[in-house]
Amino acid sequence: MKKLKLITKGLITENPVLVLVLGTCPTLAISTQTSNAIGMGLAATAVLLGSNIAISALRNVIPDKVRIPCYIVLIAGFVTVVQMLVQAFAPALNEQLGIYLPLIVVNCIILGRAEMFANKNTVLDSALDGIGMGLGFTLTLFVMATIREVLGSGTWFGMEIPVLIDNNISILTMAPGGFFVFGCLIALVNKISKGKAIKKSDFGCTGCPSAAACGKLNAECGKGSEA
Amino acid sequence: MSNMTVSVSPHIKDKTSTKSIMRDVIIALTPALIASVLIFGMRALLVTAVCVAFSVGSEWAFEKIVKKPNTIGDLSAAVTGALLAFNLPVGIPLWQAAFGSIVAIVVVKQLFGGLGQNFANPAITARIVMLLAFSSTMTTWVFPGLVSSATPDALSGATPLVILKGETSAALPSIRDMLLGVHGGCLGETSAIALVAGGIYLLVRRVISWHTPVAFIGTVFLFTLILGEQPVYQLLSGGLLLGAIFMATDYSTTPSTNWGRIIFGVGCGLITVLIRVWGNYPEGVSFSILLMNILTPYISKLTAKKPLGGAEV
Repeated sequence: MKKLKLITKGLITENPVLVLVLGTCPTLAISTQTSNAIGMGLAATAVLLGSNIAISALRNVIPDKVRIPCYIVLIAGFVTVVQMLVQAFAPALNEQLGIYLPLIVVNCIILGRAEMFANKNTVLDSALDGIGMGLGFTLTLFVMATIREVLGSGTWFGMEIPVLIDNNISILTMAPGGFFVFGCLIALVNKISKGKAIKKSDFGCTGCPSAAACGKLNAECGKGSEA
Repeated sequence: MSNMTVSVSPHIKDKTSTKSIMRDVIIALTPALIASVLIFGMRALLVTAVCVAFSVGSEWAFEKIVKKPNTIGDLSAAVTGALLAFNLPVGIPLWQAAFGSIVAIVVVKQLFGGLGQNFANPAITARIVMLLAFSSTMTTWVFPGLVSSATPDALSGATPLVILKGETSAALPSIRDMLLGVHGGCLGETSAIALVAGGIYLLVRRVISWHTPVAFIGTVFLFTLILGEQPVYQLLSGGLLLGAIFMATDYSTTPSTNWGRIIFGVGCGLITVLIRVWGNYPEGVSFSILLMNILTPYISKLTAKKPLGGAEV
């Protein structure tokens, strides 16, 4: 039961994109087409699974002071393997993902899980965590890409949808639409988890760059950050 | 208690309310609406009606859903809808106009806390969203109105700004047509005379101050004069008059000090000309107002008045 929770927590309660807010860049860039989103999600899941297992297995060997370079080297190795596999067996996907495939190396989800989970837990738990986080990432990409592709381009997995194809809202396929859908999904997850997923105290007005100019800092936002 | 605000003296009480201000804005918009119906035909009225209906309706629905006090009675949603409609071409599909109205009210205004809390002008932001979302229908200028039978070729095509930018070979309309509004463009922005009449009404009623419109329009005039870009046409074309009089004077999204208003207007004017002359888009008024909306808290802080007899803040 506890092991199952390691997988399921990545889907909603600790969703890497919508709750931990990691890996935002590939999420916004790739989620314009559903097929790309699935490909990107699965590629990142494979890397995450491999790197979590390797880092967990080596957690007692890697010196603490140089752990980040070590993690990056391990992750880069897995990314290279995945990239070569994609190039060999799915060249079309490789074309579509372009630079974002090698950039999985610097995807914060992977380094984040290495730092937050894999270097403190057993190999099995880390593998399950990698699968859960990877599926959470894939699910988020899939949902975002579905919304953006269906409403933004009028297609789904490249299939044309009648009516919508002629009445597409193309802003959704652009960066502003990506941020908008992203924000809506974060709000939805926050609503589902009744705000427990995100600690409110982490999001006060003090961190806001406009805090000094915003008159609300002392009056209203003070209450919010204490809650 | 939530209606009570504490402010510095003098405390003068009069009958001005959000509702009376918004009513004055609606009255000031009426000449432009009449002009647009005369120029573009009854569909202009239909588009305006759809925008107003969906703005008011979505404000009502949102406040119902989140259980906030209902504010459609203050008429601000109706003004937003009318201003958005004035920023749309007359041939816009009605569902797109409705979509824009919902974006304006729900996304730009209500999600940030409703009237007075929104940092960006709802109508302007919704127009930009629609420009990016529906770029083909938002830049298709049709001319179905009463006067079009005279010279249909000159009227049906490009807006004066597109012609000024040298993207088509069509001839510029005459100054008389520019003043009356008989040229391509969004439905409420073309008639300079009607817009200025509305602006004068608002000035007389003290709903707006002269600072922002004069600074905005003056900057555009001077800057285009320096660049040799036909300043009179630049001044009369596009959404400049509509934006300067009705959008750049919005209370919650522009500075409240007089110097701040002048800085806001000059900034809008500079950005407008930069986009018009060197940018990809022929028109830059809406972008300039949105960008200056974002700077408004900083401008207000820079130009804050020192309290009388007060020490250094």
